[in-house]
Amino acid sequence: MKYLGIDPQKVRVGVFDFTGCEGCELQLANKEDSLLDFLSLLEVVNFREVSSDRGDDYDVALIEGNISRADEIDRLKDIRAKAKVLVAIGSCACFGGVNQQKNRFELDDVVKEVYGDHKVETDKVKRIADVVKVDLEIPGCPVSKEEVERIVVNVVLGAEIKIPKYPVCVECKQKVNTCVVDLGQICLGPVTRAGCDAVCPSGKVGCLGCRGPAEDANFESLKQILMDKGHSDSAIVERLRFYGAFNGTVG
Amino acid sequence: MIQKTNMKINVHHLTRVEGHGNINVTVRDGKLVDARWEVVETPRFFEAILRGKPHDLAPTLTSRICGICSIGHTLASLRAVERAMDVEVPKNAQLLRLLAKHGETIQSHVLHVFFLAAPDLLNVDSVIPLIQSHPAVVGVAVRLKGLGNDLCDLAAGRTTHPVSLVVGGLSKAPKKKELQAMRQRLQERLADVATAVEVFKGLALPDFVRETEFVALKGESSYPWIGGDLVSTDGVVKSEDDYLAMTNEYKEDFTTSKFTKLSRESFAAGALARFNNNYEFLCKEAKETAEMLGLAPVNHNPYMNNVAQLIEIQHVMVESVEIIDELLAADLDDVCAEYEVKAGQGVGAVEVPRGILYHDYTIDDQGSITKANCIIPTTQNNANIHHDLPELVTQQIELGKSDEEVTKLCEMLVRAYDPCISCSVH
Ligand code: SF4
Ligand code: SF4
Ligand code: SF4
Repeated sequence: MKYLGIDPQKVRVGVFDFTGCEGCELQLANKEDSLLDFLSLLEVVNFREVSSDRGDDYDVALIEGNISRADEIDRLKDIRAKAKVLVAIGSCACFGGVNQQKNRFELDDVVKEVYGDHKVETDKVKRIADVVKVDLEIPGCPVSKEEVERIVVNVVLGAEIKIPKYPVCVECKQKVNTCVVDLGQICLGPVTRAGCDAVCPSGKVGCLGCRGPAEDANFESLKQILMDKGHSDSAIVERLRFYGAFNGTVG
Repeated sequence: MIQKTNMKINVHHLTRVEGHGNINVTVRDGKLVDARWEVVETPRFFEAILRGKPHDLAPTLTSRICGICSIGHTLASLRAVERAMDVEVPKNAQLLRLLAKHGETIQSHVLHVFFLAAPDLLNVDSVIPLIQSHPAVVGVAVRLKGLGNDLCDLAAGRTTHPVSLVVGGLSKAPKKKELQAMRQRLQERLADVATAVEVFKGLALPDFVRETEFVALKGESSYPWIGGDLVSTDGVVKSEDDYLAMTNEYKEDFTTSKFTKLSRESFAAGALARFNNNYEFLCKEAKETAEMLGLAPVNHNPYMNNVAQLIEIQHVMVESVEIIDELLAADLDDVCAEYEVKAGQGVGAVEVPRGILYHDYTIDDQGSITKANCIIPTTQNNANIHHDLPELVTQQIELGKSDEEVTKLCEMLVRAYDPCISCSVH
């Protein structure tokens, strides 16, 4: 059985980090119960954070973080040329994540604010898909470790890959949580794609949309509901822009 | 003895550390020409992004500075916001936050000691071959890591990027039944710590000493984690608000991380620095472990940071049981204070796994942040690493060590500090 030209018996996976917090990568090493099974299915050839073995031939490249400096573009293109399947993992890679909030400011201004008069090279934050072709995107800040394992294993086995399209509200209601909107908070659950088990509202905190838009998300109606509850337009937009996941749909 | 060693060490993107850094060493005719620790990580400019942000989103945002110590960042951010606006956090919320903090210390230290540092001591590339060769050690590591993660999940809703730590306290407290179960697991897992200590007794850490200054929070009645005065082994004591005078940041051109100093050209923060400054507050069991592993304050061998981390894992596990006992006897219905938004400035200092972390915010009367400063532990350690390297290399060439041996010792030295590089270039 072959899938995307890869023989599942010897799938080699490389994990690469660009600009980000490495929290997504860490999830891969975090799942104690299934980590060893996961590792037995594939061969991790390049995972700088946990291994000094640097193999250069891989079939699947998992990419964390976004692109914010010229040298990263070359490194990413090089990985794309070598990998059969390139997967963007995490909100930074998929949407720019929290880092894209930098794009609201002038580059000179952010450098000056942090480094004073020292010159530091930095560019506007780009998503992985802005630079190379991306085969699969797994959103989340951080990604859910179950989801990455499931999807990578499915890539390996050639099974169909499913990421929920319905909103976080569905999962939240399944968990019989009290709706945080009724507690006076802003929650983006109605417009955000599920798959995180509604972890934020389950902790009594509004969803910030780290997984990006759900199918048929109705932003205007969500805005209206929240504004009727007394939230300001700017407070809602601030949250919609938090991970860059709705850029293009909101101002 | 005439030595004509020539050596060029160039470790590009050091492995088994968090983030991107290079080690460059040049030795010509037996003389050290240059030894550098360069951080090449891409900066993200969090302090600039924080400007204009509503104060209640600051902890959620700054959590993303670091995937490993996200709870630490969240707590420092909360403390800065809460001190700026004079928010009184309820006692039980403080205990729950400390529990989340301890969970993070366990998971982060276990990740470092067993997954990142131990492969060097056992001469392999990663933890993966150890699954076959040292199954007992890997078992201990996997169980303790799981314990740390589950403790974070329980107290903060999620390990990486916590959910329920909010301004005023916690949005949701764990159930007592869950705390009770966690208490039992903590006690059971102490046996794993004992196994780890036995293994460590048999491992030789490199013998290298360079006298330096160690900076930590100052314990008053317990081993310090959240807030309080700052102290150094050179006798400096300052208040939390005076953190700038404790860190003195400056910038060098060859690295994207800033450097810091206090009484000398550099200082160290982290587990060894906490141990050196606050040994007296460790629990009895942790002190016994220290004695067994030959660690006594003030110790100047940076490789001993690994041992100090193991000791801290034990200490926080014991302390977590005590915290849970207190929580079980308390009413956990209300763990969040109401507060009024007001203008102010506040500093939050928190001991995160790799050392003291500072967040400092100025907030306007609308509750928006107008100015932010974050000083990261690895930033504080970068200069110390940078000054250790030439001394280490010089000692090793005098001993006639090969390129390969020196390279490995340099890599292990940097790893011993458990640098969190993306964090230091936030
Ligand atoms: S998506 Fe979130 S967790 Fe992942 S690297 Fe970016 S900031 Fe970190
Ligand atoms: S809390 Fe959020 S996710 Fe849950 S039901 Fe309400 S709006 Fe939907
Ligand atoms: S609830 Fe929303 S913000 Fe939280 S993890 Fe899920 S999608 Fe992300």
